[in-house]
Amino acid sequence: MTLVRRYGLTVAALIGAGFVFVVPFLFIVLTAVKDRTQAAQLDFTWPTSFPLWENFWTVISTRDFMLITAYINSTILTVGSITLLVILAAMVGYVRQRRKAWWNGLVDFLVLAGLMMPPAVVPTIWLLQQLGLFATLHGMIFIEVAYNISFCIILYRAFVATIPREMDEAAIIDGARPMDIFFRVILPMLKPVTITVIVVQSVAIFNDFVNPLYYLPGNDNVTVQLTLYNFQSQFNTSYNLLFMNILLVTIPPLIVFLFFNRQIVAGMTSGAVKG
Amino acid sequence: MTTTVSTPIAVPAKPRHRRRSSPYPTWFLLPAAIVYGILFLIPTFASLYFSLTRWTLFNSSFIGLDNFVAFFEEPFLIQGVVNTIIFALLTCALKVVFGLGLAVLLTSQIHARGLLRSVVFFPVLVSTVGVGIAFTAMMHPTDGIINAGLGLLGIKGPGWLTNPSLAIYSVAFVEVWRGVGLATVIFIAGIVSIPQDYYEAARIDGATGWERFVYITLPLSRPAMVTVVILSFIHGLRNFELVWAMTRGGPGFASDVLASVIYKQYQAGFYGLSTAGNVVLFVLIAAMAVPLYLYLNRKEGHQ
Repeated sequence: MTLVRRYGLTVAALIGAGFVFVVPFLFIVLTAVKDRTQAAQLDFTWPTSFPLWENFWTVISTRDFMLITAYINSTILTVGSITLLVILAAMVGYVRQRRKAWWNGLVDFLVLAGLMMPPAVVPTIWLLQQLGLFATLHGMIFIEVAYNISFCIILYRAFVATIPREMDEAAIIDGARPMDIFFRVILPMLKPVTITVIVVQSVAIFNDFVNPLYYLPGNDNVTVQLTLYNFQSQFNTSYNLLFMNILLVTIPPLIVFLFFNRQIVAGMTSGAVKG
Repeated sequence: MTTTVSTPIAVPAKPRHRRRSSPYPTWFLLPAAIVYGILFLIPTFASLYFSLTRWTLFNSSFIGLDNFVAFFEEPFLIQGVVNTIIFALLTCALKVVFGLGLAVLLTSQIHARGLLRSVVFFPVLVSTVGVGIAFTAMMHPTDGIINAGLGLLGIKGPGWLTNPSLAIYSVAFVEVWRGVGLATVIFIAGIVSIPQDYYEAARIDGATGWERFVYITLPLSRPAMVTVVILSFIHGLRNFELVWAMTRGGPGFASDVLASVIYKQYQAGFYGLSTAGNVVLFVLIAAMAVPLYLYLNRKEGHQ
């Protein structure tokens, strides 16, 4: 009796999830491999012809291989931001957790503000122009660091709390300087949370659309998400190409998801249990 | 750790110890503080001034509260403020309801839990603009597969994105579709942390499934609830990508939200007005999310 109910529930859940969550993705994949006329009908049918390679090549080569440029830019942006984020956030999380000081409250307040408050866009553009960082990749890297560091600090601070102070004290007695303690003792022990930070933030920064839209204008600086925006008007009548583009943009997060599913979920749900 | 540092170093270190700084030096905060301070704090404070000006990026003239007056007098700007609030409340409520429902389902004794969790969670990781474009095609009033599916059931589907009074709700629906996976995994983490003993005790006392949900799951997954409510509420207030990818704020200004108004005014060169929109968004978040945060967290502290 319960067995029947359990299987019934399973089947119902699978069908429901299939309709709601799988059909849209199937629709994207199917449309991406159709020819132009069939894709324009926007219906959920099996492709009559498979111009897969053709669609792929057209999307890649549009506007002087813009998508390739975009992939290079997005990679530089993601790797650069994450390297800085990991080191800077770990340093803050470590000192904030270990040291009792008057500025602890201030740090917590700023972290919370960074987490909740939207950035003031136009004044940031104005400031970036003054600093000569507007529409440059390194300027964009600093922006991503500034906007994402709060979340990383919270993760690092929580994890540092689980590392016994005896580790630091042993290093201090051995005569290690603060830099050595941090980089040679603490940072290696933060590896699990560092992996989480890298995975979660790489998806977030790779998928970021708004900030490059504002701070990184220009065709040379295009990022992967902006190609969708740029091609939306260009491929107005070619849904197959637009959807092929979506597909190509979705592949990196999909790979990360397949390999680091657990870390992503752990990172995004951290704090949910403790509050 | 197996370095050859000799112990005698500790001996001369002692008299110096008082003057030497802590092993946790304050300057560790400095690099992060510089980046955050320059690129986040300074613009935020600058926005308070520039929102009171007519601004061309090169020079600004002080015009007092005119920009804010515009925000609450121009119908299309009011629409943006109202839509932002509707969007945030609606997506937040639906994510809580569906997220909790899915979490209960996916922690129950059904099969293929891992697969279902992955399927529900995956949209969170997909490019939001991509999702928006795909759903725009699916919501096409005559050709889209949603209305085609409804047509099979004999229902004539509405123009999801072309009907001005419906557009913002359609976008909100897509946002729920996209974000419910995150709410679900957060709720799952909360539910999994509840000790099984409570459920067993309740079962022995003859509690029904519904009673177990109301008296055990719901109160004990409160921290998860707090996280979901605050996350999705703030995300809803700040939403830009979906609106921009799906409707560009249209038809007309019917589905504009504050973030898209800010972008439109920026594009049009009204930098002062755009910044005022930003300040309105700050105030909205501060006025709604901060009390929410304090309230939800304080209640928890009492228990």
